[in-house]
Amino acid sequence: SLPSVRGTHVESLEKCDMAEGSCLLRKMEISVAEAEKRTGKNAVNMQETYTVYLIETSVTEGHNPVPDSLWRRYSEFELLRNYLLVTYPFIVIPPLPEKRAEFVWHKLSADNMDPDFVERRRIGLENFLLRVASHPVLSSDKIFFLFLTENGWKEAVFETGFLAKSDSRLKALNATFRVKNPDKRFSELKHYSDELQSVTSQLLRVRARVADRLYGVYKVHGNYGRVFSEWSAIEKEMGDGLQSAGHHMDAYAASVDDILEEEEHYADQLKEYLFYAEAVKAVCRKHELLQYELETASQDLASKKQQQEELAAGTVRTFSFKGMTSKLFGQETPEQREAKLKVLEEQIKEGEVTVTEKTLECEEFVKNAWKDIERFKEQKDHDLREALMSYAVMQISMCKKGIQVWTNAKECFSKM
Amino acid sequence: MSGMSADPAQALPAVMSPLSGQMLELDEDDDLEVFSKDMNLMDGSPMNASMPTSPASMINQYKFEEETDAKDIFVTVDNPESHVTALETFITYRVVTKTTRSEFDSCEYEVRRRYQDFLWLKERLEEGHPTLIMHPLPEKFVMKGMVERFNDDFIETRQKALHKFLNRVADHPILSCHEDFKIFLTAQAWELTSHKKQGPGFLSRMGDTVRAVAASVRGVRNRPEEFTAMLEYVDSFGQKMISLDKVTQRIVKEQKEYLGELKEYGPVYTLWSGSEEELVEPLKGVASCIDRCCKATEEQIGHLSENLVPLLHEYVLCTDSVKAVLRRRDNIQAESEAKNDALANRKADREALKEEVERLEDKVECANNALKGDWLRWQGNMRSDIKAAFVSTAEKNVDYYEKCLAVWESFLTSQTAAHDMESNSGHSS
Repeated sequence: SLPSVRGTHVESLEKCDMAEGSCLLRKMEISVAEAEKRTGKNAVNMQETYTVYLIETSVTEGHNPVPDSLWRRYSEFELLRNYLLVTYPFIVIPPLPEKRAEFVWHKLSADNMDPDFVERRRIGLENFLLRVASHPVLSSDKIFFLFLTENGWKEAVFETGFLAKSDSRLKALNATFRVKNPDKRFSELKHYSDELQSVTSQLLRVRARVADRLYGVYKVHGNYGRVFSEWSAIEKEMGDGLQSAGHHMDAYAASVDDILEEEEHYADQLKEYLFYAEAVKAVCRKHELLQYELETASQDLASKKQQQEELAAGTVRTFSFKGMTSKLFGQETPEQREAKLKVLEEQIKEGEVTVTEKTLECEEFVKNAWKDIERFKEQKDHDLREALMSYAVMQISMCKKGIQVWTNAKECFSKM
Repeated sequence: MSGMSADPAQALPAVMSPLSGQMLELDEDDDLEVFSKDMNLMDGSPMNASMPTSPASMINQYKFEEETDAKDIFVTVDNPESHVTALETFITYRVVTKTTRSEFDSCEYEVRRRYQDFLWLKERLEEGHPTLIMHPLPEKFVMKGMVERFNDDFIETRQKALHKFLNRVADHPILSCHEDFKIFLTAQAWELTSHKKQGPGFLSRMGDTVRAVAASVRGVRNRPEEFTAMLEYVDSFGQKMISLDKVTQRIVKEQKEYLGELKEYGPVYTLWSGSEEELVEPLKGVASCIDRCCKATEEQIGHLSENLVPLLHEYVLCTDSVKAVLRRRDNIQAESEAKNDALANRKADREALKEEVERLEDKVECANNALKGDWLRWQGNMRSDIKAAFVSTAEKNVDYYEKCLAVWESFLTSQTAAHDMESNSGHSS
């Protein structure tokens, strides 16, 4: 049987036992129980229809579980995630389910209001919350707790000032810069993430095409049902056999709907890791940025020190405009030189502090990031292996159904 | 040959010797005499119901069925070869006959025949027995698609259809005794050519055609209810066959498209395994499962294309054959009715005309009986052909799913085993 979402909860709980620090999931049950359509006025005062999701929580500590619930829109989940991205740049932040239906095969509508899509999104949102709640670092975040329990969480999240950081982060992440000495591990990780993204999207595309074709094969068999039924009306000996065989053909044609619905869950598991790859890349980029800042600061410091040397020695070792102008306009006075040296000394002191800070920041980041990356790798290997096995289970179930239908049909044909 | 024993004997005029000849070959036995007497008395009901229940006669019944069921002529069509002459290129097929029938001088023959020869045989058999139902020949041309005449698949399909056609003739108690059938199986190429030329001349054939057209234009007046019922049935049946033919070909098309996509699917898992460490085995495992399912799908498509598709197509052609038979019967009756009308209106030559009327009325009766007998035989063949084809298809589908099931189950088992090994060896999960 498929790992149910409850199962994911249990697994997440199991992982909590191994994590350091407290894990929210140990104290509280979380679920996204329902989805509902609402209509209301949006920011530009226009009527819009949107879906809200019911988050149910139940504190399990103590003897009386206290249940609570509130409704949230998808956009609020997005806000929460953006906050987490900015606040914990060294963590691989769990992804949200897709905003719009991608990798659609012909039967599924790409409509966000489609009940199947909404249902799968509900499951995806619950999965997101459980992932965060079972994360050794993220689960103790206060804003996350408020998101789950407090209607007025938005004030709190804006108070953190994360938006300002978010803007500068976005700017930095989109800027192009080159790091002189890239960390090999992070380069490899970035390369791996690119490959993971590429291969999972290719897989999702091909899978959707295969699903489309499989649908066609099964549905055409429904025509047998129709024709057999009509034909049985003009036959005597063959009539009964044809009629019942026709029913089995109808059943066969109808069975593909459930088969492909189940497979969508598999596709969702792949999608989660497609989006996870993006989250990993974000961590790598953040590291690159820190590295770049450190390199810039070090370079700055080095050049200032060099200037100091030059000024002190009175020689110009390398070509500089300073040197040129002194040659052209005469040397500086000793007083001027003294003043300049003093300024440089200050700058060097500041520079050294900066470099130390940046180095520390980088080291801290690398340490924390790498810890989470190891955790992520284990989780990924486990989850994807489970997904592949559940895919095999689905195929087995499909084959068993096929065997049953055609065995029954064969019996009917034999009786003709 | 289910249900054949009593009815053809009933349908045959006493003049026909072959079947009674076969009966004479059996043991002279008192009970057998009773047996054959009973057969003549029976009115189309199955033999078992009116058999005397003494054990001895039961044994004879079994022997009788066995011996008439035993085929005494085996025909195969194979070995297509291309022949090029200055004027044309054509294919010939090898026709091998093995027989113990006394009318044949030898017990084994091997000749080469081309499609035209089969066509000639069919026309001769139709002429001799206008109201017997024959299995159809494969089509002369294939309209849909750009199928070359000398394409391998086309030739193979045609060969199988020709084989079936000849076998159905060989199995038919009346048709298989036709002189031209023997000549077709035994004559050397030049012998056959000269024999063909001896057939009814062009003018006499024209005469037949004119009469037939005239008769069909005239139309039949009092068609017996059972033949109208046959026509209605064949009409409906034909439509069903056309539908099933279309549906089955569509299934093949969809399967091929599915296979095309599936072939691209497995390799992506293999590609993925290239960037992973822990997941290499499961990813490669899934890729391998998909590839093996591809092979199973290919086999399934092949089976469908080679069995159900041609069979349904044959039965589309069959309905045309049967409709032609019903038309010919109608024409015979129409001719007889016309002569009757003429008799009613004429004053002179009444005696000569009366003879002619009687002859035609006999002809109608023979034609009707032949058709009625063959109708049951055709229905029996149709049921068993269709049943066999669909049973075989269902079996193949079960086989296909069983193969795929085994593939995925073995993957799952190996994965669970590997995982258990890892956990046992103290690997952190």
